[in-house]
Amino acid sequence: MSIVQVLERLGHTVDYPEAQTCCGQPPFNSGYWDEARAVAERQMTIFRDAETVVIASGSCGAMVKVFYPELFDHHPREVEAKALAAKTFEFSDFLVNQLGVLDVGARFPGRATFHDGCHGLRELGLKEPPRQLLQHVQGLELVEMREAETCCGFGGTFAVKFPMISTAMGEVKCTSIADTGADYVISNDSSCLMQIRGVLDRQGKSIKTLHLAEVLAQT
Amino acid sequence: MKTHAREFNESARRYTVDLRHRDLIQKVLAGYYTKRDEYKNRFQNWSGARDLAAEIKWEAINHLDRYLDEFVSKLEARGTKVFWAPGAQEARDYIVGVARQHKVRSIIKSKSMTAEEIHLNDALEKEGFEVIESDLGEYIVQLRREPPYHLVFPAMHLTRQQISDLFHDKLGSEPTNNPEDLTMIARRVMRRKYCEADMGISGANFAIAETGMISITENEGNARLTTSLPKIHVALVGIEKVLPKLSDLALFLPMLATAGAGQSLTCYNTLYGGPRQPGEPDGPEEFHVVLLDNRRTELLADAEQREALHCIRCGACLNVCPIFKNVGGHSYGTTYQGPIGSVITPHLRGLQNWKHLSQASSLCGACTETCPVKINLHRHLLHNRRNAVRSHSSHLGKFFYAGFAFMMRRPASYQLATRLARVAQPWQHLIRGTIIDPLRAWTKTRSFPRLAEKSFRELWRERQTP
Repeated sequence: MSIVQVLERLGHTVDYPEAQTCCGQPPFNSGYWDEARAVAERQMTIFRDAETVVIASGSCGAMVKVFYPELFDHHPREVEAKALAAKTFEFSDFLVNQLGVLDVGARFPGRATFHDGCHGLRELGLKEPPRQLLQHVQGLELVEMREAETCCGFGGTFAVKFPMISTAMGEVKCTSIADTGADYVISNDSSCLMQIRGVLDRQGKSIKTLHLAEVLAQT
Repeated sequence: MKTHAREFNESARRYTVDLRHRDLIQKVLAGYYTKRDEYKNRFQNWSGARDLAAEIKWEAINHLDRYLDEFVSKLEARGTKVFWAPGAQEARDYIVGVARQHKVRSIIKSKSMTAEEIHLNDALEKEGFEVIESDLGEYIVQLRREPPYHLVFPAMHLTRQQISDLFHDKLGSEPTNNPEDLTMIARRVMRRKYCEADMGISGANFAIAETGMISITENEGNARLTTSLPKIHVALVGIEKVLPKLSDLALFLPMLATAGAGQSLTCYNTLYGGPRQPGEPDGPEEFHVVLLDNRRTELLADAEQREALHCIRCGACLNVCPIFKNVGGHSYGTTYQGPIGSVITPHLRGLQNWKHLSQASSLCGACTETCPVKINLHRHLLHNRRNAVRSHSSHLGKFFYAGFAFMMRRPASYQLATRLARVAQPWQHLIRGTIIDPLRAWTKTRSFPRLAEKSFRELWRERQTP
């Protein structure tokens, strides 16, 4: 609900089409493009009339914005896929680059570090927007971790197909996080946070994981 | 027989929990990152340089026929013997043939991943020729009878102590942790071999079409000695190594050094254009260039992935790859490790046997971001996955994703599934990590988040009806 609260605070009307499910990234990344297309087509229909679509995940955002056009390349619904891609934005991208908002009026006391989800960072090019938003949160001290841009090891089905590699990557990431001395690790991708939370728990570390929207919703 | 995928998994399982290995590789690469960034910043415009390099390689690869012809005719005009090898076998046979014909006894060899690709040393040794690697890192892994760990830094996984122990065992030298002393031990062996060798084998970093020359980049001077002291020089060159113009090196030499080793330029950069010409005081009497296809033309025919042939083998993608850093170079079981290896090995050695390397990636894209010639590496990993499913999808995978698509197209079934999961989760700890735990691949090493008591959809509904 945090994302709804932030958007409404900024004066926007938010709708949530209840029929929506998944963007189709799991089959897409596993090579099952026909199945991914079947799932994606449904979302394309559901969001056809929306003015703007805001997604609280860099990964799902990249799927719609970057990969839908590729998935529907030379497909009868190519134009529709591109239209949805054009009006879809990851949350921080929407706030900073579309609305020009840096300060959403949030207050959150604490020391935090930001983890770049790979899709948000590299597919969508969103290095600065989440940091700019966090820098304007009152009371929040933002510290950079070593190799912030290194993958946390989630990677969708990769995390369960190659759990040993995924876990080792998670451990490296969590060591970088812990070395900052931060109380919170913030990201704009829930799947990265699930991985980081999972590893931190097993390492017995008390650092909390938070989604960017959860921080921005606090006043 | 164990499948390649199983071998990869077993090796990855060993390396990923080897904290000594993890620390060593991280430490080595941290030094590389610092130097790489330092020299990247010396470029007036690194990103512009990448664009230009990608354009030049695009031109070379998309007109490969023309540039290869030009390269070969220029080389032949100066008396070089050129052999077009369709596959690894033909290339090996040719080189063995040259060695036999000249009654060669001892062969010295500088670093060449293409020679690794065709297992040239094995073939030569089987025929009774002695082959000595003259690159220090290659010499070390040769003494250990193992393949290179990394396509640029073959002995990256070894500490000075391990190298000292190895030299002590194999060469009888005194133990030392001093890098200069270790180098001197190897150098003493090698100097003798350079003089004894009747044949030198090298690879090539670039093949210049305009002038008919190969360019070799090195730091130790070993390639110069390897190629100029013996009577015969054989260079094994992958057909994708072509650059159109000599002036292209002005970009590619510093770029290769920066991306590959964190240097502004490597210590020695040499061009070889033929055997000793009349009136010249030195150089080999015979110069052979073996041009290797070995299924590169099949990759060339694939318009979507053709750009993988742009690769200049700098190894930058390995250095930033979190998979490589955790599983180590030997786990791949391929000549070319890391992202570029995962992309091209399915083309060189068969998709079904090597598709697991494309799956063993979080698709984070660090490789693509760093590649100096802008190969869209992580996208090609994705394409390999798609092609693997298209040509031969497993029944289980097909069933799973058909079910996934079915559920995701019917919100009621999706909502039922999340509700069931919420009911089942409190009991999950009873079976956690056991064989009947459906989440064990996750929960064995990581905690699973507690599902929210109410779904977003439920909260949303409550909000709409106050």
